[in-house]
Amino acid sequence: MDQKTLARQIEIIHDAKRPNIDDLVKEIFTDFIELHGDRFYGDDHAICGGIARFNGTPVTVIGQRKGHTTKENIDANFGMAHPEGYRKALRLAKQAEKFHRPVICFVDTAGAFCGVGAEERGQGEAIARNLYEFMGLRIPVISVITGEGGSGGALGIAVANEVFMMQNAMYSVISPRGCASILWKDAARELDAAQALQITADDLLRFGMIEGIIKEGKTQMSYYKNMKTALTASLKRLEDMSGEALQQQRYDKFRKIGVFMENIPE
Amino acid sequence: MLIDLFQKTRENSHRIKPQKPQNDGLTCKKCGVELSPAKYGKNLYVCPNCGAHARLLAKTRIRQIADKDSFSELFGSLQTLDPLGFEGYPEKIAVLREKTGMNDAVLTGTCRIDGIESCIGVMDSHFMMASMGSVVGEKLTRLFEYAAEQRLPVILFTCSGGARMQEGMFSLLQMAKVSGAVAKYSEAGGLYITVLTDPTTGGVTASFAMLGDIILAEPEATVGFAGRRVIEGTIGEKLPDSFQSSEFVLEHGFCDAIVPRSRMKQTLSSLLSLHGYTAKRGG
Repeated sequence: MDQKTLARQIEIIHDAKRPNIDDLVKEIFTDFIELHGDRFYGDDHAICGGIARFNGTPVTVIGQRKGHTTKENIDANFGMAHPEGYRKALRLAKQAEKFHRPVICFVDTAGAFCGVGAEERGQGEAIARNLYEFMGLRIPVISVITGEGGSGGALGIAVANEVFMMQNAMYSVISPRGCASILWKDAARELDAAQALQITADDLLRFGMIEGIIKEGKTQMSYYKNMKTALTASLKRLEDMSGEALQQQRYDKFRKIGVFMENIPE
Repeated sequence: MLIDLFQKTRENSHRIKPQKPQNDGLTCKKCGVELSPAKYGKNLYVCPNCGAHARLLAKTRIRQIADKDSFSELFGSLQTLDPLGFEGYPEKIAVLREKTGMNDAVLTGTCRIDGIESCIGVMDSHFMMASMGSVVGEKLTRLFEYAAEQRLPVILFTCSGGARMQEGMFSLLQMAKVSGAVAKYSEAGGLYITVLTDPTTGGVTASFAMLGDIILAEPEATVGFAGRRVIEGTIGEKLPDSFQSSEFVLEHGFCDAIVPRSRMKQTLSSLLSLHGYTAKRGG
């Protein structure tokens, strides 16, 4: 993708007016009840979770929270979760499994928070545990990367049966800026890095890492409508699968990812 | 991210000094005391003066842990294919293959530990700071699959600067792949022991390193998720040396025990034995 388009996309996904998790639960779900806390340490405002109805059926909703205003963003730590956020997400996913409801995750984060408290409370362990436990959930899990899919902090709620990306979303192992500053000691080469890393929805679809791209349309109404259509179809594909089949399908989806060669004659 | 760790393995190959095995140096990296190479090796590359545990080559680690000539390599021929066509990456891999004699950053296989048959994986920081790309992820996944099939325990010596950014999303998703393999293996009842060595960080910490049934650590290893400099940048102050050390991780409840190198083999063999894995007669 050319740099001009990439720059435009980066601008779009950082727009303060872009739909966030609070908009999504209002616009495409009904009867949302937010559930708080990880039962170990606290309630992380960077991750929002709860139960709602989707097309009338109960589902569990989990997503990183970014605010529309600076005040909201400070409260939500700009969508960068601490370990207790990942543990809340896991608690709600396990609860969903107990009561046989699908889990729908919305990913929008620059990454898991990097701080002293996060390290003290085991940021690495919290994300690792989610990867391990989400892999075994016996219910449908769908994740949509809505804006920034920032590395391990995104993956912590993206081990799903089906993963989608909004048309302008990006999903990357490292922020282009971080990559540029490590490789070339020049954070300003962000766009070069974004190009090299291949992090757009088209790239990930081509790599077989996501199931589909959701068009955003011209208005927020079309954004919600298209997302709702995609989620409805995805749930329909997964609803009749057994717990075991869902586990296996999710495992196989990630198991096949990797590019390597072997047994090369010297 | 892990800027401070990655910078040591930057592209310019004339600067790859740290790639040289650090354990054949003549002075201790920590206290600066002069070391006799022969005695240092006999002391398992632990400084007799200050106790610093030097980073090891994977093959040296295996020599210290496995019974003599019992290591048999598995999946050794896997090589990366540079999935993104990333500038300078194939050249860098070629240089490191030459220097280290390894195809990528982890050595996997089976060995005996005091006669007990076990699967073992050892990451090597001399190969791109043991960053995890497709090959590391695939080899570890296969190791867990093989161990489940053969009903063997798995011991992993972890170290890593994190994900291998030159492989982009292929690298990130290895975290999920290996964690899934650990979950399947664990469900089948196998014992998985992690040994955290210097430095275990980033995506490796946030996946299989933290998923052991038992998590051991070498003394004073760096263990954490985020890079220290990133955190210092966020909070605007210097962090104490003890931050993100094995001792810090133990204190906060994220590892079971710190085991010095001199007792590592014996500790591992005791743990294997306590879980019902026994030495084969004549083995």
